[in-house]
Amino acid sequence: MSPRAWKRIGLGLLLAGAVALPFLVSNYRVFQFNMVLVYAIVLLGLNILTGYNGQISLGHGAFYAIGAYVAAILMEHFGWPYWATLPVAGLVCFVFGFLFGLPALRLRGHYLALATFALAVAMPQILKYKHIEQWTGGVQGIVILKPEPPFGLKITPDQWLYLFTLAILVLMFAIGWNLLRGRVGRALVAIRDHPVAAEAMGVHGALYKTLAFGVSALFTGVAGALGAVVVQFVAPDSFAAGLSINFLIGIVIGGVASISGAVYGALFIQFVPNFADEISKAAPWAIYGVFLLAFVYLMPGGVAGFVRLAWGRLAGARGKTKP
Amino acid sequence: MEAFLHQVFSGLATGGIYASLALALVMIYQSTNHINFAQGEMAMFSTYLAWSMINGGMPYWWAFLLTVLVSFVVGIVIERIIIRPVEDAPLLSVVTVFVALLVIFNSVAGWIFTYTIKTFPSPFPEQPPFGNRYISSHELGSIGITLVVLVALYLFFRFTPLGLAMRAAAQNPVSSRLAGIRVGWMLALGWGLAAAVGAVAGLLIAPVVYLEPNMMSGVLLYAFAAALVGGIDNPFGAVLGGFMVGVLENLIGAYVIGTELKLTVALVLIVGVLLFKPSGMFGKVFVSRV
Repeated sequence: MSPRAWKRIGLGLLLAGAVALPFLVSNYRVFQFNMVLVYAIVLLGLNILTGYNGQISLGHGAFYAIGAYVAAILMEHFGWPYWATLPVAGLVCFVFGFLFGLPALRLRGHYLALATFALAVAMPQILKYKHIEQWTGGVQGIVILKPEPPFGLKITPDQWLYLFTLAILVLMFAIGWNLLRGRVGRALVAIRDHPVAAEAMGVHGALYKTLAFGVSALFTGVAGALGAVVVQFVAPDSFAAGLSINFLIGIVIGGVASISGAVYGALFIQFVPNFADEISKAAPWAIYGVFLLAFVYLMPGGVAGFVRLAWGRLAGARGKTKP
Repeated sequence: MEAFLHQVFSGLATGGIYASLALALVMIYQSTNHINFAQGEMAMFSTYLAWSMINGGMPYWWAFLLTVLVSFVVGIVIERIIIRPVEDAPLLSVVTVFVALLVIFNSVAGWIFTYTIKTFPSPFPEQPPFGNRYISSHELGSIGITLVVLVALYLFFRFTPLGLAMRAAAQNPVSSRLAGIRVGWMLALGWGLAAAVGAVAGLLIAPVVYLEPNMMSGVLLYAFAAALVGGIDNPFGAVLGGFMVGVLENLIGAYVIGTELKLTVALVLIVGVLLFKPSGMFGKVFVSRV
């Protein structure tokens, strides 16, 4: 069989496993895995911008917050169903991302990281601002009701939400895959690696860079809306700068400029703090820091890069044994 | 009018602290073109060191001196061990290392010293000096110390052979190396000095914002804004920018939008400066050749 067929079979098995998962573990674990799916969408979005396009963002928590708040406000004040809020959240974030991408065109490297970091730090304050309090609920935030499974399905709400998120994830990954594996992806990488040469080849740098910002924010916004529904609660302080740093950690650990890396990264940022929390309240971040340093020095390709390397070795070894 | 003057003076005092931290940022930026995201957390950690020394019964100024020295050494060690390997790495790796340092310092401080908010002593008397009504002793003292640090650094860089070597290494590493300057060590020294200056800033701001592991996140943002306003490659610009940002923050907070959106002012300032005058007021305009 060709490697491509192997890959398809593997992907199918993985998907089947992911569908079966919520029926095998406790409700709390289902919730945790649900968050993994949400984070995976964010990390894919961030990877489009930072991994593929080379624009470092330390502020994606802000777009996540906007997506979450759009969903919460639509559900609370306008009585929208949860699934209808996703496209709106994505669209609103796309616009915000595109607008933030315009000034970001003039910022390179460290400066962009700095400006987005400032956005992340300022976000909770903006959400608490008293003149929008009637919409955002101020410091208290907004509580969302957990949606019931439709069509009279005999599953728990957590399981339904997990499956719903999984479907969205598959959709978003399909979009991301198609986007990154073609002309657009090559343009993004070309801009990252050599902006001047890319322009000379006829790639419209400014357009692609702002679009990358917008699309990246769109992914993050959809995930934010899903996250709000899953957690059933939004409040300014859950979107502090730490969240954005979490996302950066996710893509570095998972693998920069890798689609599968988003899933590894999401597993990492969801479960490592859980284990580390038992040692000390401060331990998760200390462990994050040490892991980050270790990955930068020892495994710059992240987990995805490691898997690729190991797979290549295995395939290579098999190839050698054949005459 | 009195309230206005009071706002201006206390703005100058916090501005002095932003200026110190901005100076630390500029020092590292000048020699390596990196913006150190962990500068604030390093300063916070130094402040905790000073706190434990003072609580151990050491007189304030001895603790101050010792903390600055220890920070200097720690800064050098960090550059040599952690920053060195990624010196020529892609930008994302560098930023990631800075973020890693940030979270490590933050969490280790929380781990060792707990997250409870602590008061930090000020070395200056409680009564305002000369019976005035506008400025407290601590505020005046902070401004004084900032200026002393600035002058000392100026004298060091301008009149000592080592300072000259450091400037040369920052300006043209290749030629400096040919002239026999150990460029790597000069960068490490720059990191040490930055950490020491940052420690001074931490010690001065701690009595105002109280000591806790997250105390520097806002301060760091203002220091960034200050460095950018003044021009991130110009130490004097950064100091002036620090004072300006401090006053601006206080006045806008008091008269325009209230204190809740103070950090947003820093955000707007950072994005605004980067957009309209990326080199700041006194920075060099950078032209890249293809």
